[in-house]
Amino acid sequence: MKDGPIRSGGPEVTSIARIPVEGSQVAPIEQLADVLYKLPGGALLLTTVENVLNWARASSLWPLTFGLACCAMEMMQAFATRFDLDRFGVIPRATPRQADLIIVSGRCTIKMAPVVRRLWEQMPEPKYVISMGSCATCGGPFYYDNYSILKGIDTVIPVDVYVPGCPPRPEALIEGVLKLQEKIRRERRLSRRGT
Amino acid sequence: MARALRTEELILNMGPQHPSTHGVLRLVVTLDGENIVEVQPDIGYLHSSVEKMMEHRNYTQCIALADRGMDYLAALINEMALLRAVETLGGIPVPERARYIRTIFMELQRIASHLLWLGTYGIDLGATTAFLWCMRERELIMDLFESATGGRLHHVYFRIGGVNEDLPPGWTDRCREFCHYFLNRLGEYHRLLTGNPIWQVRTQGIGVLTREQAIAYGACGPVARASGLPWDVRKSHPYEVYDRVEFQVPVYTEGDCFARYLVRMDEMRESARIILQCLDQMPPGEVRTPRVSLTPKLPPGEVYTRVESPRGDLGIHLVSNGGETPWRVKIRAPSFSNLFALTQMMKGWKVADIIAILGSIDIVLADVDR
Repeated sequence: MKDGPIRSGGPEVTSIARIPVEGSQVAPIEQLADVLYKLPGGALLLTTVENVLNWARASSLWPLTFGLACCAMEMMQAFATRFDLDRFGVIPRATPRQADLIIVSGRCTIKMAPVVRRLWEQMPEPKYVISMGSCATCGGPFYYDNYSILKGIDTVIPVDVYVPGCPPRPEALIEGVLKLQEKIRRERRLSRRGT
Repeated sequence: MARALRTEELILNMGPQHPSTHGVLRLVVTLDGENIVEVQPDIGYLHSSVEKMMEHRNYTQCIALADRGMDYLAALINEMALLRAVETLGGIPVPERARYIRTIFMELQRIASHLLWLGTYGIDLGATTAFLWCMRERELIMDLFESATGGRLHHVYFRIGGVNEDLPPGWTDRCREFCHYFLNRLGEYHRLLTGNPIWQVRTQGIGVLTREQAIAYGACGPVARASGLPWDVRKSHPYEVYDRVEFQVPVYTEGDCFARYLVRMDEMRESARIILQCLDQMPPGEVRTPRVSLTPKLPPGEVYTRVESPRGDLGIHLVSNGGETPWRVKIRAPSFSNLFALTQMMKGWKVADIIAILGSIDIVLADVDR
């Protein structure tokens, strides 16, 4: 930058960079910098686009309201009174077009597998999958002597977080969501080589 | 130009992913304008082949399968259905205290199941408060379950010849406290929903099932009792200690969604009364018959037993050929017959009533598909 850093240590903001706003007016960045200057710590908020995107994605995970079997009851309980997943920004959406997380809650049959696959395909990128419970993870108690249950939902769609349990407690599901948020914050979608 | 407008029927596909189908049910609805001509349920999206699996498990292992593979909202009642068949065929005695404990847990399970139904039905009709309130009370039941059985949803608490272990100290007091608390809360639900004009308009007179239709389709449980059929297995074929407690079987004759709602509300009250009576009558003593093998061999023969699940008449047909495992288990699921009564209920109603009628029969797809 030929005009030097935006903030050079003193309280005065001396930048002359301008950002265009609607119409032909240009707003001086001083106004923006004034806001930023008042942040605790007295520093400008410097970050990458990627971190901002990851922060936004992790803090507003919208799952699809999609229940398969028993685990869906614990999922409902996790959204309800005592556990309240809403406080983590997890608000259920009724259509896959608005969802970016699918919680596969319960056993998935071979008849249901194409439906789950299609729902996952209908979701916009970036999308995440939580496999809730033993049945969705590996077939669980329905593994042996069974002709109708899929041996794990990861044979159909890619899974990000596996939550064990039969069924997992609501706290376990919340832990799974928190782990997924951690994973999203570490993601490198933009700076990854080859993209 | 005065020709009649040509119309044709529209086939609407609902499910298997739909926020209000209470599971993975697909309904193929034929519509004439806004009116429902025909409804065809497409089931099998949750078929877990549990009947086949039971043929490869011994009877104790079957209990765990009955929890999960059948109606998962009434796990303890499924256990009871299976154990009633096993104990009848094997002639295995059950101590008195265990019978009382089983009854208490089954009624707690009934309240929990009806609460979940009421909450989700509220969401279906746009009353979110009901969902949050019902889940609040359901958590208290889950706490009671967890402290005694170790599990929230799937317990494996009933064993052949009794229950797994005695109640923890202080449990009966907490259970009694919950019942009194819950009976008060029930009045709150009535104030929230029963007199609510929106609730009444959405449910009263909608989805009528007549008494004759209910008999013809084999409807059972609250669906049949809302159509004026006083059929309750707890009264007609008493098991455990239901013949020693005093309770009413709520029956309404309207046959509409509102009547089905009222039946379940009354049943929750009666369940709380049953629990209070059982807590008073419960004797001390053994909770499990000693020297009953974990892997018993039942004599050859067959038996059909039934219990009253929150959804209706749950029957188990058990055939044994003398081995450690059942030779054949057939589950008569109440949701299955109620689902096909649904096709009759929906005819002629508007498309917006599909959700109100479907929710009112309290369907659990694991029960339909097994």
